[in-house]
Amino acid sequence: MKKLPISELNAFFARVAADQKLYLPVEQAGQVDFGCWTEDATVRLDALKTVKSAKGAFFPQVEDMLRFHTQGKNIDIQPTELMNEKFVIFGVRACDARAFELLDRVFMSEPQDPFYAARREHGTVVTLACGEPEASCFCTNFDIDPADPAGDVTAWLVGENYVLRANTEKGEALIADLADSDDDVSAKQAEIRAIAEKLPFANLNLNGFDGEHLMERFSDPKWAELSRACLGCGTCTFVCPTCQCYDIRDYDTGHGVQRYRCWDSCMYSDFTLMAHGTNRPTQVERFRQRFMHKLVYFPSNNEGIYGCVGCGRCVDKCPQSLNIVKVIKALGVKADD
Amino acid sequence: MTNGNIIPMLGVVTDIRTDTPDIKTFRVEALNGGKCFEHMPGQCAMLSIPGVGEAMFSITSSPTLKEYQEFSIKKCGCLTEWLHQMDVGQQVTIRGPYGKPFPVETELKGKDLLFIAGGVGLAPLHSVINYVLDKRENYGKVDIVYGSRSKDDLLDINEIQNSWMDPKNNLDVHLTIDRPQDGWDGHVAFVPTYVKELGFDPNKTVLVCGPPIMIKFVLQALTELGFEKTQIYTTMELRMKCGVGKCGRCNIGDKYVCKDGPVFRFDELGVLPSEY
Repeated sequence: MKKLPISELNAFFARVAADQKLYLPVEQAGQVDFGCWTEDATVRLDALKTVKSAKGAFFPQVEDMLRFHTQGKNIDIQPTELMNEKFVIFGVRACDARAFELLDRVFMSEPQDPFYAARREHGTVVTLACGEPEASCFCTNFDIDPADPAGDVTAWLVGENYVLRANTEKGEALIADLADSDDDVSAKQAEIRAIAEKLPFANLNLNGFDGEHLMERFSDPKWAELSRACLGCGTCTFVCPTCQCYDIRDYDTGHGVQRYRCWDSCMYSDFTLMAHGTNRPTQVERFRQRFMHKLVYFPSNNEGIYGCVGCGRCVDKCPQSLNIVKVIKALGVKADD
Repeated sequence: MTNGNIIPMLGVVTDIRTDTPDIKTFRVEALNGGKCFEHMPGQCAMLSIPGVGEAMFSITSSPTLKEYQEFSIKKCGCLTEWLHQMDVGQQVTIRGPYGKPFPVETELKGKDLLFIAGGVGLAPLHSVINYVLDKRENYGKVDIVYGSRSKDDLLDINEIQNSWMDPKNNLDVHLTIDRPQDGWDGHVAFVPTYVKELGFDPNKTVLVCGPPIMIKFVLQALTELGFEKTQIYTTMELRMKCGVGKCGRCNIGDKYVCKDGPVFRFDELGVLPSEY
């Protein structure tokens, strides 16, 4: 274990940022999101949840893929260089850290996504145990421990010090120059777990959400009622740490064509639209797709691991108060059914 | 044999054939000649014109053709309109092949084959049919039922009449159009009705492709004739962006059409939500 007094935090950040980019929760225009550390950034490690998740560190909202130049009938392709600089993302919570593992299952499985893989290779993740999980949190349903998050380094705030534990070689290198500590974090962990246990959504019934019951969950008549208020705004998708659907589009820069990919949402009416129509014509099918993917299709392809990490951002942000918790409660079946 | 690369290569259009009022067939070669990559019948490729769009098309030519690949493309959207206006010599970007092919070297081998196609649905089966004809000794009796709206909409009609129908191929082609037309003395009926009228022996293995409504009624007709779902294959079309099972667009149930399909057997489709 290593120790970093709060008073020396900024000096540590300055040392890290001297030779690589450092991303951490910063406040800008009244909201906290992961941003680049600078000396005058308003760092907000106390904020439990950033508005958008940490997924942008490895799967940016917009990412260039290629550039084209066309001349008459000829085309010239210039591939975009892959990420080749080290960076650190500091202050990732347990839910977002698990989400990286879920994104890995998509982007690192064959055929590996070169853009994501390069970012993953160059990034070092420092997680931060949750000080005080809040009412919309429900990560414990997915076997996530908010008191012991994954990552290359795990940090706890104990009194006036951050206590840090390296979990990988990358992590060890990052905190090697900090003072050793014999602090025990178990009391702090017990405190966090005690809070998490008592949260309102701590004991969701996930029985029946699996590949075996795929058609039963899909055919449930409750989808129509559940989705009735959905505006199709896609906010849930954009704040979600595990949503990974993307679009590929071209932009005419005036000097060529930039091909980029960007986050997209299965909640949008044009997501599956083709020249001859769409296979999900109403919001009922689109709403169902998003939740079926996280609760049934993803686990069916990934040894039962759910595509939700219980961060609660959709609970906090949906303008119509729709969310995955409501879906789980409405469609869940009793253990003896 | 699929390609995981989402970065395209360049190809050049070396021939354009007008098949019907809204279908053209484009021949694509690598810039230094030859095929851009090898493929198997039923696999697809992403074609793109920078700044216009990129979309998935089935590779229409058989892999036994060594010099080039062909794509029969119907004009129906932004990119396809553009493709229909281009001239020979135009460069395009191409990536692939993607998806699971028809099991021509395994499950289809030694079988009597029945191909059923409607309209531009012949395009993906065209690759399989020519593959089978080039390796004729590996397959049993071959029947093709092909229909379209009118005689002018029949794709590959010259090839069908001059090459496929050659007696040495031991192959029967059953053409039909939707409604009577001057200058057509062939059969008039919708494809599913014609399939029922022809009353095929239910020992055959079937490959069907066409508009969703046609596929639905063909399946009913085949069931009435005694065919099992395990004997029937189709190939699907959904919107795709990446081609490698990551962008999420072609997801149906726990499958991705781009990598788990586009070729499915009907018993595999039966356990999936009918969102296609």
